[in-house]
Amino acid sequence: MKVLVAVKRVVDYNVKVRAKGDGTDVDLNNVKMAINPFCEIAVEEAVRLKEAGVATEVIAVSVGAKPCQEQIRTALALGADRGIHVEAEGRLEPLVIAKLLKGVVDKEEPQLVILGKQSIDGDNNQTGQMLGALANMPQGTFASEIKVEGDKLNVIREVDGGLQTLSLSLPAIVTTDLRLNEPRYASLPNIMKAKKKQLDVYTPEDLGVSVTSHVSQLKVEPPAERKAGIKVEDVAQLVDKLKNEAKVIS
Amino acid sequence: MALDFDSARLPNPFITAEHEAWRTQLRRFIDTEIVPSAEDWDEAGHIPIELWPKAAAVGLLGLGYAEEFGGTREGIDSWHSWITNEELARIGVGGIPASLMVHGIGLPPVINWGSEAMKQAVAPAVLAGEKHIALGITEPGGGSDVASLSTTAVRDGDHYIVNGSKTYITGGMRANWVSTAVRTGGEGARGVSMLLIPTDAEGFSRTALDRKQGWWASDTATLYFDNVRVPVDQLIGTENQGFLVIMTNFNSERMAMAAGMEALGRVCLEEAVAWARERKTFGKRLADHQVIRHKIAQMKQKLNATQAYIRLCYESIENGNPNPGDIALLKVQASETMEFCAREAMQILGGIGYMRGSRVERIYREVRVNAIGGGSEEIMRDLAARQYGV
Ligand SMILES: Cc1cc2nc3c(=O)[nH]c(=O)nc-3n(C[C@H](O)[C@H](O)[C@H](O)COP(=O)(O)OP(=O)(O)OC[C@H]3O[C@@H](n4cnc5c(N)ncnc54)[C@H](O)[C@@H]3O)c2cc1C
Ligand SMILES: Cc1cc2nc3c(=O)[nH]c(=O)nc-3n(C[C@H](O)[C@H](O)[C@H](O)COP(=O)(O)OP(=O)(O)OC[C@H]3O[C@@H](n4cnc5c(N)ncnc54)[C@H](O)[C@@H]3O)c2cc1C
Repeated sequence: MKVLVAVKRVVDYNVKVRAKGDGTDVDLNNVKMAINPFCEIAVEEAVRLKEAGVATEVIAVSVGAKPCQEQIRTALALGADRGIHVEAEGRLEPLVIAKLLKGVVDKEEPQLVILGKQSIDGDNNQTGQMLGALANMPQGTFASEIKVEGDKLNVIREVDGGLQTLSLSLPAIVTTDLRLNEPRYASLPNIMKAKKKQLDVYTPEDLGVSVTSHVSQLKVEPPAERKAGIKVEDVAQLVDKLKNEAKVIS
Repeated sequence: MALDFDSARLPNPFITAEHEAWRTQLRRFIDTEIVPSAEDWDEAGHIPIELWPKAAAVGLLGLGYAEEFGGTREGIDSWHSWITNEELARIGVGGIPASLMVHGIGLPPVINWGSEAMKQAVAPAVLAGEKHIALGITEPGGGSDVASLSTTAVRDGDHYIVNGSKTYITGGMRANWVSTAVRTGGEGARGVSMLLIPTDAEGFSRTALDRKQGWWASDTATLYFDNVRVPVDQLIGTENQGFLVIMTNFNSERMAMAAGMEALGRVCLEEAVAWARERKTFGKRLADHQVIRHKIAQMKQKLNATQAYIRLCYESIENGNPNPGDIALLKVQASETMEFCAREAMQILGGIGYMRGSRVERIYREVRVNAIGGGSEEIMRDLAARQYGV
């Protein structure tokens, strides 16, 4: 079984992001970038399927500018067999990424596509679902456990108030939730070996996709700073403030 | 720009995306497997034995060693070593890298000078974290004057009979083998040989030196050899040529220590700056008092100089022409910088810096072992002066 995993280059989760002074975007100058944590979980799951003898090949794909090859290399160091870079510049919205991934799905015909449920930059939570629609494949989103049984894929999903178990027919799409697994560290030998693994680069034209944007970003601003609190004099004042200012009791 | 551990590192054009990938993965390993327990291990006085196989699995133990022994050498250069020493220092518990990585001084004699059979018997097990090796040079009678060591190995048929003792030996309590400097010939450097001594040999015993100023997590031992019979094929290199083995070991040990010391100074800077921004005295932040600002700037100044010097020495190693005098003085540069940063950070922290549990308090206690071990400051200057033909 061939497994395709999508990996996205995002600001490292340890970095405290700042908005640019002119409010046009997040400031990415000299900021440490990393593989999106949910994508890392996706890679780990695919590699585990391979180690269990279920998957035969794991392909890591990333859409973006040239530097996202670093994140593909990380996926290769974690155990993916080869990489695909779809080279596209600028701010890419989920629909564009989903269309480009659909192009890769058509080329590679994987039995399973695993994506993160969202990426920590845009928090869109759309790409997997859109890809499901475009590729006409069943989807199991927010997966906390997956199991391949014959030509079916059982997915346990984390839904409001509990767990839902689905049975999907393959080929299918899965998006990962936090509890699906705990990703390993790439070892030094595997980092070195990753340099030699195959990495193909496609343009959107190669995949027959036009990169047209439907959404434009108007403004990025930091959350309002929390104002200093005050000390209340007594209980009566506290009740008064809760009632009349905060309006949380009546 | 902040002055945290990463942003206080000067740019280095030799660092590639692959180097950064190693830093990222190693830091994750350290932050998950070591940092949460580091302080407890230090207080307890040892590291759990399971850490070695884990460090082997992530590629830490094997870094720079040949693939045939289970290491990773292809594509590895000095910049990987620098990153590794930096990241290990960042834990701020010096006993952990000292103990975990002690094969870095114990194993190279075997790899570089040992017989094929010796390498095969020792290297794979050590690099897998299953067995342990230490380096035994220093004796109760002296450490700086290596050429005067007095542990003897007298030839008896196809064995040497070893008598004497070694002290301050890192990893000595845990070691399965000790790469040991012994006297096989006459007086002075030309009578010294290196011998691989298994610690299960009859007549070998050891006691722990477990009350130290710092490096608590690292086991340190005195070793005793009482008529220990060691087969002659355990000789490392040629008889009476041991001094060369010892001296070739020192460059990489000193580079590793220098890289670690600079990073420890940077930890002090990071902690001091964070505190100076928070703490208020006399109506303003400590960071707004000129006296404190100057302390911070001076720490960074010395760290910058040390980083640039480290880079130069690693570059010369990469180019195949390292200068032992320059490396000896780098070690002094680094220990003085670490000492300065520990002092100033401690001052900036004030009373809280004196309390156990902060990285600065520990680093302050671990300055001297760095300034003395691996060649003391005095000996380093002396060596450099001789190298420069003064
Ligand atoms: C925690 C710890 C771990 C260690 N681990 C190891 C280990 O794993 N293996 C190992 O072999 N050793 C180890 N050592 C020993 C270390 O290498 C020695 O302590 C060091 O070489 C100094 O030797 P010494 O302590 O005998 O001091 P001495 O040689 O007695 O020197 C004492 C002082 O005199 C100075 N001095 C000596 N000669 C001169 C001179 N000619 N001119 C000017 N000044 C001089 C020295 O600089 C020093 O300040 C360790 C030490 C410590 C503290
Ligand atoms: C073991 C121990 C025992 C102690 N015992 C007692 C005790 O019995 N009773 C008691 O009352 N206290 C005691 N102390 C507290 C001690 O007096 C304080 O630690 C000391 O006064 C410094 O105060 P601080 O720690 O709050 O540092 P801070 O006042 O926060 O100062 C931090 C650093 O900033 C510097 N600094 C502060 N203001 C300025 C400025 N305007 N310009 C330039 N630099 C500045 C200081 O010199 C210091 O280096 C003890 C402390 C220790 C560590």
